[in-house]
Amino acid sequence: MGAGHRHELYLPGDSPVHRLPPQCKLLAVLAFAIVVVATPREAFWAFGLYAVLLAAVAAVARVPAGHVVRRMAIEVPFVLFAFLIPVIGMGERVSVLGLSLSAPGLWAAWNILAKATLGVVASILLAATTEPRVVLLGAQRLRLPSLLVQIAMFMLRYLDVIVGEMRRMRVARESRGFAARDVRQIPVIARSAGALFIRSYERGERVHLAMLSRGYTGSMPIIDEMSASVVQWASALALPAAALAVLGCAL
Amino acid sequence: MTVTPVSPASSETVNSLEVSRLAYAYPDGTQALFGVDLAIGRGERVALLGPNGAGKTTLVMHLNGILTPGHGSVTVGGVPVRKDTLKDIRQRVGLVFQDPDDQLFMPTVRDDVAFGPANAGLRGAELDRVVTGALARVGMLDFAGRPPHHLSFGQRRRVAVATVLAMEPEILVLDEPSSNLDPAARRELAEILRSLDVTVLMVTHDLPYALELCERSLILSGGVIAADGPTRELLADEELLAEHRLELPFGFAIPSL
Ligand SMILES: Nc1ncnc2c1ncn2[C@@H]1O[C@H](COP(=O)(O)OP(=O)(O)OP(=O)(O)O)[C@@H](O)[C@H]1O
Ligand SMILES: [Mg+2]
Repeated sequence: MGAGHRHELYLPGDSPVHRLPPQCKLLAVLAFAIVVVATPREAFWAFGLYAVLLAAVAAVARVPAGHVVRRMAIEVPFVLFAFLIPVIGMGERVSVLGLSLSAPGLWAAWNILAKATLGVVASILLAATTEPRVVLLGAQRLRLPSLLVQIAMFMLRYLDVIVGEMRRMRVARESRGFAARDVRQIPVIARSAGALFIRSYERGERVHLAMLSRGYTGSMPIIDEMSASVVQWASALALPAAALAVLGCAL
Repeated sequence: MTVTPVSPASSETVNSLEVSRLAYAYPDGTQALFGVDLAIGRGERVALLGPNGAGKTTLVMHLNGILTPGHGSVTVGGVPVRKDTLKDIRQRVGLVFQDPDDQLFMPTVRDDVAFGPANAGLRGAELDRVVTGALARVGMLDFAGRPPHHLSFGQRRRVAVATVLAMEPEILVLDEPSSNLDPAARRELAEILRSLDVTVLMVTHDLPYALELCERSLILSGGVIAADGPTRELLADEELLAEHRLELPFGFAIPSL
């Protein structure tokens, strides 16, 4: 089944960061992001220090820089948007390399880029050191709404099944001479999408029956007791604490 | 072939499964069952045969209370299937669905096998023991950490069996367990089923498989039990088979004892 040749976020390993309980890491990343967002955009050196902090975490977790950089593609739309702001922005103009750019626009672009990049890198580090299902267990431990956690869990489990079903339907279409060339073929595609929806829905019903058969009563049972020690909390929260110290100096 | 002796006179007189005068119509009005009567003793392995649309899956869904009888009753190990006994019943009846992708919904094999016992309240070391035991019985212990969708179909079917074994059921009910399996996987599953010490009810279109695994067979046809007897005798009765749209595979001859 179609898995394996995707860009896996998770990087198997046994570093101290990998071993931290997921709820600690989730909370640490969240707190770090809040501190970053709260930092005034003029404090260039603070952002530099945040980057150094993340680099230190990456080093401890033994996540190579290339792994992080390749997965930053997710940020590209923001980058494009950020580049547009100074061009179309209003207010006082400055001239950079012969282009007339808006000064408040430049500040806004820098603000978005710096903060988004730090947030994305922190999330990539979380994902690189924590399996997706374990992230969800962490979310469950943090008492996030259990319905949301369960939906995410089923997406994780059935994504490959649904993609596989989609591929089989495409093969079936194409082996009967269908090729999606222009708009006239949209109704065919739409009908297959409808069929896919029904199939997925019916599978959902059958899965629900299977869950009921094994005593499901609406909430996921806690299978792994993943309690975190004080030391583990302290080491995970060292990252946002250090960031907070930087912020304190910047203010 | 191992023979599991069933002596009703023994101390265990309670049948694993008793269905009496069970009738059911789907909400759209399709009457699927017209009064099914059957009893399966503890430790028996019984095959449920019948043509497409006979009502086999409908019957199976009554055994753990997914469907509620329109008329009649179902009793598992002496406990009647009712709203207030559902939790207990679902612990006693292990249902293995036809498509393992429907049955394996957790992110890893281990989590999936743990799902049932954890719902029943097991935690920690005891949960681990049960999960390990169930996976070992189907020979899938080495795959505990793998996501189910990375397994072959036969492996997924085996894990599906483990998920219900982990609940230590009174009776294991399998809906077409040999479908989509290659001959080797089919034989491995047969070995697993034969090694288990539980009552088994197996829905199948695979008559040789029924003969291989089950001493006794039931034929469900048109929503009623049309025949009940030793598998060997039923399969030797060509007239009976033809009457219920059952056919032995081409060239298959019932091996002599
Ligand atoms: N959800 C449903 N709503 C209405 N009618 C249904 C439903 N499911 C099954 N039926 C009907 O009930 C009858 C029995 O179906 P059932 O699925 O139990 O047959 P089966 O013996 O399992 O067949 P197969 O060997 O093909 O799996 C059939 O006539 C079928 O069309
Ligand atoms: Mg069926």
